[in-house]
Amino acid sequence: MTADFMTSDFKTTSRRTFLTAALGAPMLAALTAACGSSGPSRSANTGGGGPGSASYWFLTSQPQEGIRTDTVKRFNAANPDQQIQYTTFQNDAFKTKIKTAIGAGQAPTIIYGWGGGTLRSYVSAGQVDDLTSWFGANPAVKNRLFPSAFGPATVDGKVYAMPTEAVQPIILYYNKEVFDNVGVTPPQSWGDVMDLVPKFNAKGIAPFSLGGQSRWTEMMWLEFLFDRIGGPEVFEAAYNGEPNAWSNPAAVDALTRAQDLIRANGFVRGFSSITADSNADQALLYTGKAAMMLHGSWTYGGMSTDGGDFVSSGKLGYMNFPPVDGGKGDPSDTLGNPAQYLSIYSKATDEQKEAAKKFFSTAILSADEIKQWIGTGSVPVVQGTQSELSTSKDADFLEFVYKVSTGAKVFAQSWDQALSPTAAETLLDNIARLFQLSIDPRQFADNMNQVIGK
Amino acid sequence: MTVAPSGLRLRRPASRSVHDNRVALLAVPALIFFVGFAVLPLIGVMLLSFSQWDGIGPIIPAGLASWRSVLSDPALPHSLWVTFLLMVVSWAIQTPASLLIGAFLAARHRYREWLAVLYFIPLLLSTAAIAITYKALLDPNFGLGVGLGIPLLSQDWLGRGGLALGVVIFIVSWQFVPFHSLIYQGAIAQIPQSLYEAAQLDGAGRCRKFFAITLPQVRYTIVTSSTLMVIGSLTFFDLVFVLTAGGPGDATRVLALDMYRRGFQANLMGPASVIAVILVLIGLGLALLLRRLGGGTPSHSQLDGA
Repeated sequence: MTADFMTSDFKTTSRRTFLTAALGAPMLAALTAACGSSGPSRSANTGGGGPGSASYWFLTSQPQEGIRTDTVKRFNAANPDQQIQYTTFQNDAFKTKIKTAIGAGQAPTIIYGWGGGTLRSYVSAGQVDDLTSWFGANPAVKNRLFPSAFGPATVDGKVYAMPTEAVQPIILYYNKEVFDNVGVTPPQSWGDVMDLVPKFNAKGIAPFSLGGQSRWTEMMWLEFLFDRIGGPEVFEAAYNGEPNAWSNPAAVDALTRAQDLIRANGFVRGFSSITADSNADQALLYTGKAAMMLHGSWTYGGMSTDGGDFVSSGKLGYMNFPPVDGGKGDPSDTLGNPAQYLSIYSKATDEQKEAAKKFFSTAILSADEIKQWIGTGSVPVVQGTQSELSTSKDADFLEFVYKVSTGAKVFAQSWDQALSPTAAETLLDNIARLFQLSIDPRQFADNMNQVIGK
Repeated sequence: MTVAPSGLRLRRPASRSVHDNRVALLAVPALIFFVGFAVLPLIGVMLLSFSQWDGIGPIIPAGLASWRSVLSDPALPHSLWVTFLLMVVSWAIQTPASLLIGAFLAARHRYREWLAVLYFIPLLLSTAAIAITYKALLDPNFGLGVGLGIPLLSQDWLGRGGLALGVVIFIVSWQFVPFHSLIYQGAIAQIPQSLYEAAQLDGAGRCRKFFAITLPQVRYTIVTSSTLMVIGSLTFFDLVFVLTAGGPGDATRVLALDMYRRGFQANLMGPASVIAVILVLIGLGLALLLRRLGGGTPSHSQLDGA
């Protein structure tokens, strides 16, 4: 954004002053408006900023925002001399803002994130604290959380983040009503998926909804196909920097099958211009224009609020991704976000770090917060919540998510989060082209092999 | 007798230099802004283009590595081509359209004034709002075409490369034609009425008057408006970013978007700065070229002898 600002300003100034003013003013206005969207949308004044007050930035959008806010408020009420001051940001704006703030040495005490490759880049720049010994000294904090949640928080054997909030596996959703009308049953294998495609298309119903412009939605398909065909080792090899890992026959097979599904019109018409942020992909499923959708467990909440009685009347079906015939992967494997993560900024003062650690151990995922997460249709990353899940109004779905998350042989992290930002951008770029059918699996593999280890 | 004129002669240059100093002082605030917000960042970007930086860690000098990686990347010619196409086609649509609308609005009729006001509405909207609105209208499953049941309108507007670029050009034109019409309206209103009266006496028709008087008289305005269009489309970012995010695939990935993608999504500030420098160079080159094409000196009047 800064570079963009500079170039436009510089060039216009070389023309007549009057025109500069005429052109510059709307441009400046547009730019400040654009920058404004990444600024803090709300600053909370939670009492004076004493020496022990730590700062915490997190994401907007309800109901999650309310839970995060309540947790901070509970902590502040219980600890008058160790306050947490919070600021909220919209999701995409936050990702850019936090990066810039860390680069400028002005990050908050508590850094919210998704672990994986981005956390690794913070660690290699020395910007976040190693929490391994702190977890060692506080085993109660560590042991009550899902063990799978610590994977993306770990860089080279050391833990740099506290897992928090909810587990979010990717789920294959389907519209039961549409299945009944067409007279078919949910797919039990990849062969069934390909058989279902012409049956739905013949009735004018899109087999799969997909918000393809967001690119990571397309990525989820490849993640599952890679896992089901070749097991988690295929992507792990690429992640660990093995040369030519993307040319693995299992990888090429998975990429080919993805393109086969696109060629068979498996995805809704115009999928590459639909964004996931607008929830239009969910709307296609609950309005019956699409029969199935592969998406994160977080869309359940959106579909129950936006979809009328779609969820409450039991029309929403859900299952784990089906196996691929002859594939090596374990059908219980899943992937997605094993948790969200909180790290401590290494340049914060000792008092701020103390407050942050106390916040981690006493306020994060307290009994009250757990209750709130379950209330929104999410499964917190805490073990032994089954009894609470089963009394919720979304009991079936929550127990399904709990079972998938804890029963998975491997709970892999989403690729774009696991990889470094540089490799992730190349990956998403190539996925978009693969789904446009403008490159073939070989070209995809070649392009990706070039960024292995970057 | 001889002293007084020499004294005068001495005093005059002195007072002029005091005056000059005052004028120079008035330019200082603008100069500070220009240096602080244009020259310094430009130098910073130049330096960054010769370094390696992920936006988080330390900045490491890397010589020509970023330049080499960007210039050998097949994505660069593609982005250049898309940017060029967007620039040329939107210019070719906007210039005649705004010239004609400007000529139409320059005539003094009350209904035309009302039309002018209505016509200005797109200019008042923020680009992001325009992009979101068009995105919703063109949605292949919930958009205008599906809602009204018109098959012609329910295309996959933003999902096919060529169509998506066409939509971007259409929206850019829709948004900016009012602005350029305003410039032309002003220029045409300044043309002395006597020229048209003379032409009328010679028996020139409406078309003849337009091509023989209006068009030559607004020559410099065409250069100005073209410069604004060309430079503006070079840095076009917000509309494309919200509407297509450069997609489908990379069909609408203009240079500015490629710069953002490399810098802020892939954390490669070096290559992103290279693209920024390329953008600056192209922009300066085009502005210079258009000035030359305009010909003549700005002091040379195009108006009649009066």
